[in-house]
Amino acid sequence: MAKQLRFTSVFDIIGPVMVGPSSSHTAGAARIGKVVRNIFGETPERVDIYLYESFAKTYRGHGTDIALVGGLLGMAPDDARLPDSLKIAHEQGIHVTFIPKNDKVDHPNTARISLSKGERSMTVTGVSIGGGNIQISEINGFKLSLSMGTPTFITVHQDVPGMIAAVTDIFSSAHVNIGTMTVTREAKGEKAIMIIEVDDRKPELADQLRQLPHVDNVTYFE
Amino acid sequence: MFYTVKELVAQAEHFDSVAALMIQTESETSGRTPEQIRELMGRNLDVMADSIAEGIAGVKSVTGLTGGDAKRLDAYLTSGRSLLGPVALAAVRNAVAVNEVNAKMGLICATPTAGSAGVVAGTLMAVREPLKLTRNQQIDYLFTAGAFGLVIANNAGIAGAEGGCQAEVGSAAAMAAAALVCAQGGTADMAAQAVAITIANLMGLVCDPVAGLVEVPCVKRNAMGAAQALTSADMALAGVRTVIPPDEVIGAMNQVGQQMPSAFKETAEGGLAVTPTGRRIRKRIFGDD
Repeated sequence: MAKQLRFTSVFDIIGPVMVGPSSSHTAGAARIGKVVRNIFGETPERVDIYLYESFAKTYRGHGTDIALVGGLLGMAPDDARLPDSLKIAHEQGIHVTFIPKNDKVDHPNTARISLSKGERSMTVTGVSIGGGNIQISEINGFKLSLSMGTPTFITVHQDVPGMIAAVTDIFSSAHVNIGTMTVTREAKGEKAIMIIEVDDRKPELADQLRQLPHVDNVTYFE
Repeated sequence: MFYTVKELVAQAEHFDSVAALMIQTESETSGRTPEQIRELMGRNLDVMADSIAEGIAGVKSVTGLTGGDAKRLDAYLTSGRSLLGPVALAAVRNAVAVNEVNAKMGLICATPTAGSAGVVAGTLMAVREPLKLTRNQQIDYLFTAGAFGLVIANNAGIAGAEGGCQAEVGSAAAMAAAALVCAQGGTADMAAQAVAITIANLMGLVCDPVAGLVEVPCVKRNAMGAAQALTSADMALAGVRTVIPPDEVIGAMNQVGQQMPSAFKETAEGGLAVTPTGRRIRKRIFGDD
């Protein structure tokens, strides 16, 4: 199929099961938060959340703030603790700031999230495209298009030579085709990230990836 | 995979039903077995049924703006004095119930979105007894709705922020209308007619949530969506046909969504949200204008 479809699964349309009130502003926001947390690879100490357009104007009413933070704490959209996420984040000592922006962006439901812990920091932009479905459009200023719903691996690892080959070897040995791959890093020799979208659902490969030297963290989701 | 309503209807001819086509397509794209796919949908069905029961029992939203109307409608339905027939009024009551639960941050199944979650679930639970639908047939109802929903989502959109309420309640009502047609034994082509009639009737519907909350007018718009779905389904089953073909109607909805000012796309800057009362409610809840 040549066409790039935004929605490919019947469960993008009938689903997700979620805590209300808005699939784009609550469930989608929780998913963005969770994916951003996975990309960062650990619980952040400080989070600055920039909200754009519809997110900026209606985030309190829709619980977008609550959902983004719930996701950053690792909660899924149907997690019953979601309504209490701001309190839980506070108790865990995570400092969260919300900054509504007036700037025009490509999509009305956009959040740019800056996370930091100690010396580490990262900025990820997520977009909620409707029905709880999301895309990741930017990591550390690097544009990309990552659609949830595809089996995806995210590795956080040391920026040393041979990492890409070591990781792709695992997929190649398992006969799993890589659809898209994004590699980025914080600075030369520091932490680096690989985001790999694959054609087959094989979550067990995450364990093999974790055993590679210099790999700090591996997340699998679809 | 099918990209248009035309392709969906053509491909469905090679299957027992639209639902069977959807399950086969999902199996091909996801790698899951048909049994796993049916089981996943079964969980969605259970959440829908639970949310309706919860709403009818009586709930109240976090802000207090909505809640209790499903309970009122249930009492009225039981009184036997309603103008609508019992199936239609039950669908309306159910749709309100789901969205009241949604507004209180309860558990619901988005179809296609949370703000429009009452329409497909509400109509399904209203016809399942009169049409004596088995659990498998109820699950099929959701696959039929999802098949037409996928085409609408890919060719127009399902986010109020992108296309207004027509994209949410409009899409949901079209999906429900198609599923109702098939549940009553209509053809895939009749279902496509029902989709077109529904979207054409809801074309241009704005998304103007008071205080930016998915409550007013969302809860009552779901009632309207459920009623329109039943109307469109009956029209299509009676042999009524759309003048503008379904894919062109969906294309028109997409265009209208793009042409719609952002004030009417979930920004709470137009329509009911900026009425004097709408502004007062915003101020009362958030303390600003």
